[in-house]
Amino acid sequence: MSFYIASSPHNHQRRTTATLMNIVLLAMIPGFIAQLYFFGWGVLFQLGVAIAVACACEALCLMARDRSAMMGLRDNTAIVTAALLAVSIPPLAPWWVIVIGTLFSIGVVKHLFGGVGQNIFNPAMAGYVLLLISFPVQMTAWLPPASLASNVPSFLDSLHLFLFQYTSEGYSVEQMRRIDTGTLLDAVVMATPLDHIKTQLSQGLTLGEATQHQQFTGIAGMGWQWVNAGYLLGGLVLLQQRVIQWHIPGAFLGALAVCAIIGSVFAPDYLPGLNIHLFSGATMLAAFFIATDPVSAATSNRGKLIYAALIGVLVYLIRSFGGYPDAVAFAVLLANLCVPVIDQYTRPTTYGYQREER
Amino acid sequence: MAIEITATSRLWNFPGGVQPDERKSPANLQPIQRFPLAPMLYIPLRQHAGAAGELCVAVGDYVLKGQPLTIPGVDNGLPVHASTSGTIKAITEHPLNHPSGLSGLTVHLQPDDQDAPYPHQPIADIHAISQREVLQHLQQMGIAGLGGAGFPTARKVAGARNIDALIINGIECEPYIVADDRLMREHAAKILRGCELLQQLTSAKSVIFAIEDNKPEAINAVATAIAETSSTTIANIILRVIPTKYPSGGEKQLIQILTGKQVPANGLPADIGILMQNVATAYAVAHAIDVGEPLLERVVTLTGEALHHPGTAWAPLGTPVEYLLQQSGFQPSKHQRVIIGGPMMGYTIANLQVPVTKTTNCILAPTASELTPADAEMACIRCGACEQACPASLLPQQLYWHAKAQDYDALKQHHIVDCIECGICAYVCPSQIPLVQYYRQAKAEIREQAIEHQKAEIARQRFEARQLRLEREKEERLEKHRRAAEARKAAQAARAAEAPTSPSAADTKPSAGKGTNAAVQAALARAKAKKAAQEQPDSSASIGPSAAVQAAIERAKAKKAAQAAAPEQAEPVADKGPSAAVQAAIERAKAKKAAQANAESSQSAEPAPENNTQSDKQDAIAAAVARAKARKAEREQAKGNTESQNNAAENERKGKQN
Repeated sequence: MSFYIASSPHNHQRRTTATLMNIVLLAMIPGFIAQLYFFGWGVLFQLGVAIAVACACEALCLMARDRSAMMGLRDNTAIVTAALLAVSIPPLAPWWVIVIGTLFSIGVVKHLFGGVGQNIFNPAMAGYVLLLISFPVQMTAWLPPASLASNVPSFLDSLHLFLFQYTSEGYSVEQMRRIDTGTLLDAVVMATPLDHIKTQLSQGLTLGEATQHQQFTGIAGMGWQWVNAGYLLGGLVLLQQRVIQWHIPGAFLGALAVCAIIGSVFAPDYLPGLNIHLFSGATMLAAFFIATDPVSAATSNRGKLIYAALIGVLVYLIRSFGGYPDAVAFAVLLANLCVPVIDQYTRPTTYGYQREER
Repeated sequence: MAIEITATSRLWNFPGGVQPDERKSPANLQPIQRFPLAPMLYIPLRQHAGAAGELCVAVGDYVLKGQPLTIPGVDNGLPVHASTSGTIKAITEHPLNHPSGLSGLTVHLQPDDQDAPYPHQPIADIHAISQREVLQHLQQMGIAGLGGAGFPTARKVAGARNIDALIINGIECEPYIVADDRLMREHAAKILRGCELLQQLTSAKSVIFAIEDNKPEAINAVATAIAETSSTTIANIILRVIPTKYPSGGEKQLIQILTGKQVPANGLPADIGILMQNVATAYAVAHAIDVGEPLLERVVTLTGEALHHPGTAWAPLGTPVEYLLQQSGFQPSKHQRVIIGGPMMGYTIANLQVPVTKTTNCILAPTASELTPADAEMACIRCGACEQACPASLLPQQLYWHAKAQDYDALKQHHIVDCIECGICAYVCPSQIPLVQYYRQAKAEIREQAIEHQKAEIARQRFEARQLRLEREKEERLEKHRRAAEARKAAQAARAAEAPTSPSAADTKPSAGKGTNAAVQAALARAKAKKAAQEQPDSSASIGPSAAVQAAIERAKAKKAAQAAAPEQAEPVADKGPSAAVQAAIERAKAKKAAQANAESSQSAEPAPENNTQSDKQDAIAAAVARAKARKAEREQAKGNTESQNNAAENERKGKQN
């Protein structure tokens, strides 16, 4: 009889790429539910369309590259990219926004660079940046948290808005963004906490005055703090499951926190503090789900620390002194560019090459 | 930097490592068995590092148990022995116990079930004979490292000087393998005896016995044996129990755990004062010295869910794997794998007739569900899991990219040679990439390239040497021709120098003989001078100028001799021969000579030969002129001595000015 010939090792940890990606998707659920709760059904539509487009695009690209589409789709990496992009964009952004973003992420950023493992940029973040600079109006049209909104769209209204930008009754997204200030006449368009602070500070107000707004309840703004808390929870699950190591989230949050503390010590009236930075915007999503993308991150432990700290500092600088209220996507892309250099200079010392201390 | 380890000193850690399922049970539950002899033993001539020895038996011979079958060759290899008594049925190619599946020359021994022993040669007191003789004995007994690569123990011990610590490796970190575990449980005392002998052979200051903490029974057995051994026989022996982690049994990793030191790259443990031996090797050493029997059998783990009775067995070397599997109730399935060694580093074999050799510590027959074969390789997602787990702190994923690109320079730069092929990177890889396989191929390719490079280098050197020789021979030939040509020229010059004097010489027959003699002598002297000048380029530059001066002086002397001959001849013609005139001529010649010497010494060494031929002509002319002048002076003698004296003085002054 013939015996099976194989190369050692003969046993494997049964954790494939697909398994890892599934765990990542599951860990996103708490944050996703918080987003769903505060920002409505739109999040779900975005996610559904993104995943469908991502899978189709991935399959087409793989076929165009003469690879097995089934083999490629099995690793679930396209789904993770789609999910990250979907939760990053405003829930009621028109459907073509997410379609364009996903096509760019998968088709250009991932497959034009050689497919899984070869892309130098984080696909979701590159897609996000493309959308942000191409469609600034749609990409900043965030809804107010449900409890503040004067009109909370129903499931069908949301679907209608997502597809046509108007509800069946003819309300526009702009109208949906208004919040109830008590008097209907005074209704104002809602901005995200970071956006709000940025606008107010640029109008000469102090931080204290800017955060007088009714959305600033709790530590970092209604809704957003819970979304961040949800992603933090999911991130801790990833750490516990050893899907990610502590280095990237630790260094990213650490660097951001240090910058925030220094900033608020020197200019407490003009620079938002620790609470705003850590629990607003996309901070936790970035720390545990975006910066930890292994493909575009540095590889060694030391390299990961430098890479993530760089993202943290860049996020702080752009948020505080740049033109955008949030900065995760730009910071991640800039850090992606630095990865080859970081990798070059953070190579671990191979066994036997250590200099003997005598 | 002596290594001082005590039973309580700290343990270090090595980076990375994994903790796969150990699955040491149930194979470690039963005592080591002894099966009946297999119907045929296949004893390959080469079972260890180094070349095979020279065969010293023939087909049809009856051999005794322990009788050597080969004599080690020039490279100090090891002999192989008949594992039992019986008849040699054939000596042919037979599949080797090797991942390649290649065949090699193998002695087919049919046992007669008598186990008739070859005379044992124990050593009663190893202090009575020299270390070298003891090591020779170990070599004759065929002792090789039983833990891994099968390196001849005698050579390993001989190569180790100034050993601080002898580490006895009882780690056995790979899953499934329990051969050393059982050996330590059952034969701790004999292993300790081996430690004692090895310590005496290496003069190691201390002995560190290291066992992983997943083998409590073995730890107990060894601790008891150490307590029973009087402390005088083994100095400073300590038992270290280390945490279970793969691959802590690797030589380099174990050294790092125990001492915190790293074996330098391209170095040996002996470089930092450490020698490591496996427990089974210690046992074999004790057996070879105290009993005097060669290494004829070893403990083999027989395990895996495809076996009904997993366990361990003393297997005579040469026993076919199939026989051992059958004895353990082997139930092969459809895609059955049979692995020699453990699941992390072992290799599969295609033919079950391969024999047990000195390094076969485990035969693993897993079911497909037990050890699932790797799935299809997927793309690397740069997750870095391999890097986190690599015990050698390499960058497996970079190595993978470079290996795929066949960029061997980059691989060398990333220290691929320091990869110990422990298999961890491939074990943790979520994309199921057979990383170790890539590295093995790349390493083989690099080795191949190195060999090619060396061959090319030798060929180049040979070619260059040949070119150099041809060049030299050509030079020498040309040199010879030139020398001959110059000798001819010199002879011509000599004749030319002689020519003007011959008419006058013809008048005075008696002195003619003397004259030609002088001329020949002068020519010879000139030739000599020229030769000296020619040799000059070969000699070093520092002596060059002085040689040139020498040559000039020589030439001047030759001229002087010629001149001396000329006036001699001239004298009989000018009967009266006023000595003043001769004196003047000599003075002039001297002046010229001085001028010439000055000019020569200031000239560079290179154009010396050409100048010489030129100056030779000049010399001849000058001599002729001098002679003419001498005659003229003779005629002008009437005008008075003083004038010519003044003339001469002036000439001399001019010469000096020159």
